[in-house]
Amino acid sequence: MHIVVCIKQVPDSAQIRVHPVTNTIMRQGVPTIINPYDLFALEAALALRDQHGGEVTVLTMGPPSAADSLRKALTFGADRAVLLTDRFFAGADTLATTYALATAIRKIGETFGAPDLVFTGKQTIDGDTAQVGPGVAKRLGLLQLTYVAKISALDLDNKTIEAERRSEGGVQILQTRLPCLITMLEATNEIRRGGMADALRAARAEVVTWSAKDAGVEDITKCGLRGSPTIVKRVFAPQARAEKATMVDFSDTPPADALIAELFKRQPKLETELATLARGY
Amino acid sequence: MSEPTKAPAASAGSRAATKKELPEHFKSYKHVWVFIEQERGQVHPVSWELMGAGRKLADKLNVELAAVVIGPEGESTAQAAAEAFCYGADLAYMVADPLLTDYRNEAYTKALTDVVNTYQPEILLLGATTLGRDLAGSVATTLLTGLTADCTELDVDTDGSLAATRPTFGGSLLCTIYTLNYRPQMATVRPRVMPMPERVEHPVGRIITHPLGLVEDDIVTKVLSFLPDRDSAKSNLAFADVVVAGGLGLGSPENFQLVRQLASVLGAEYGCSRPLVQKGWVTSDRQIGQTGKTIRPKLYIAAGISGAIQHRVGVEGSDLIVAINTDKNAPIFEFAHVGIVTDAIRLLPALTEAFRARLSPHSRDRIAS
Ligand SMILES: Cc1cc2nc3c(=O)[nH]c(=O)nc-3n(C[C@H](O)[C@H](O)[C@H](O)COP(=O)(O)OP(=O)(O)OC[C@H]3O[C@@H](n4cnc5c(N)ncnc54)[C@H](O)[C@@H]3O)c2cc1C
Ligand SMILES: Nc1ncnc2c1ncn2[C@@H]1O[C@H](COP(=O)(O)O)[C@@H](O)[C@H]1O
Repeated sequence: MHIVVCIKQVPDSAQIRVHPVTNTIMRQGVPTIINPYDLFALEAALALRDQHGGEVTVLTMGPPSAADSLRKALTFGADRAVLLTDRFFAGADTLATTYALATAIRKIGETFGAPDLVFTGKQTIDGDTAQVGPGVAKRLGLLQLTYVAKISALDLDNKTIEAERRSEGGVQILQTRLPCLITMLEATNEIRRGGMADALRAARAEVVTWSAKDAGVEDITKCGLRGSPTIVKRVFAPQARAEKATMVDFSDTPPADALIAELFKRQPKLETELATLARGY
Repeated sequence: MSEPTKAPAASAGSRAATKKELPEHFKSYKHVWVFIEQERGQVHPVSWELMGAGRKLADKLNVELAAVVIGPEGESTAQAAAEAFCYGADLAYMVADPLLTDYRNEAYTKALTDVVNTYQPEILLLGATTLGRDLAGSVATTLLTGLTADCTELDVDTDGSLAATRPTFGGSLLCTIYTLNYRPQMATVRPRVMPMPERVEHPVGRIITHPLGLVEDDIVTKVLSFLPDRDSAKSNLAFADVVVAGGLGLGSPENFQLVRQLASVLGAEYGCSRPLVQKGWVTSDRQIGQTGKTIRPKLYIAAGISGAIQHRVGVEGSDLIVAINTDKNAPIFEFAHVGIVTDAIRLLPALTEAFRARLSPHSRDRIAS
């Protein structure tokens, strides 16, 4: 069995700062991590491989430095890493990203064996659209199972898979055919700590690095900024409300009383509404 | 958008793109559509919220607002279409087929792309739910058009383009995204982000039905079963009248109890900022903000929350926002209505006691007499 897992290297959001004057994101010196949501996809893939045999290939599109995340994935136990990197990919929106990733997955299939399963995370913490997975599936003509909480059965002989999918009002139990694409829900597993052997292997392993041409991209205008139907026209800081917040003065009343007095003064109906609510409990 | 952070670089490079003319074959694309999401006979409220937003866009563009209803043949789907007229639809497109009883990506993608290709809308809005996102990603890729996810504001520009605004990576910025040379312009919006429009009794209007054109054998994915969530498992956070939330300023999971205690006295729901979920102090269904729940309560009390844009967009629809923060320059005071600069760890218990005293039946009697 061959599984491809798409992971993205993202800046560690906890450490991002915005420039107070220019309102731009200060990326310098911000550490990068594997998109946390993608670790659930990776672990699900590794667990299936351990159970059924086969190989896991991790794939990322990003700058050359994204090789760090791929290496990290190898230390968790992935068998192979492919980095898709080219200046033509810069500025890609979802549609252009799915074009590049789908092309690379096709090439991975030709080079290392056709994948039975493709995994993505539910969403990224920077792009945050949850749309790349479904887009890649569509481009590859794969069936898709999104928001998967659990893979309950995998039958490689009959090429079927059964999974629990989170939907708005409950859980759908779905059965579909391989190959398919799965976007994995968060908190559904915990990424293993890779062993010593994996760490050593990862240190020596070569990250397969492909340019757009290497990956078989035929139409460069479908990549990056040029291949993106959406454009960012404006980036701006949110406006303060026209009317400033009333700051509660509690110089001569206990703060709690001062605050409550201010609330009820502002919205006299609130007191009866709260009383009704509080009674309900 | 997979990389809204590329914004500053992108806007320079895209200036050329902004000048490009809309290709001839897209010029016939007209009208605003809202996908009406229903699962198991229930219309998701986000669809009606989107009808409110869609109505405004359509009026500004001077075009029609259409509801797209996809579902099983029968009462519930017909009812959903009829309801759409009460929420402002000028007409409805309907694909009704027994194969659409359960949501399955293949069948719904085919239904929606077919209707889009046949009747050619300029704007298509969907709810950013598990169903809506699953469907929107497939449909946009099939149509090779742009899709802006999780918008917090929708507007039309002077030239008639959809201006879709969403928070961007980094904690305090918003970006406005356009789909200039492709149609339809697609956007998703999360539940509760747009206000619920008023429902006005209205007779059923024009309904255009469209065939699905599939047989069961064409659809590979089968739904083996469905396990509905137990009601007790659902928190009522998104629909609560009063919400009390805590952030990193509380300093420890033990102190988060203070938030729960105040919420309990107020008969309120409790929530938190994202870092508390990431730290494992609070479960993820309690997160408020862009990647959590959007709330629209009458009263929102935020303790020890700085007010990053991703948090702000989840609470801005609240009638009265109260912020408790030790830092008088915290961004939350930019959008709160009432602020108090003090230590939340000390104020919360005092507030709980003061409310308990004022709201207890005993004290009400006293007020009444
Ligand atoms: C893609 C993306 C999506 C995101 N989605 C969300 C989301 O859905 N929801 C969300 O909340 N965040 C989200 N975030 C994170 C967001 O950017 C902020 O990092 C987060 O909201 C900050 O949480 P906080 O206010 O609790 O912590 P901080 O920003 O650390 O603020 C703590 C505040 O507490 C105050 N304080 C300290 N001590 C006290 C005290 N004793 N009493 C009172 N006040 C005190 C401080 O002055 C400070 O203002 C997202 C980020 C990204 C990049
Ligand atoms: N540049 C990328 N390289 C590899 N995988 C990606 C990339 N961007 C997105 N993905 C995958 O698509 C998922 C959804 O991303 P998004 O649509 O940006 O929220 C992520 O969890 C990743 O698995």
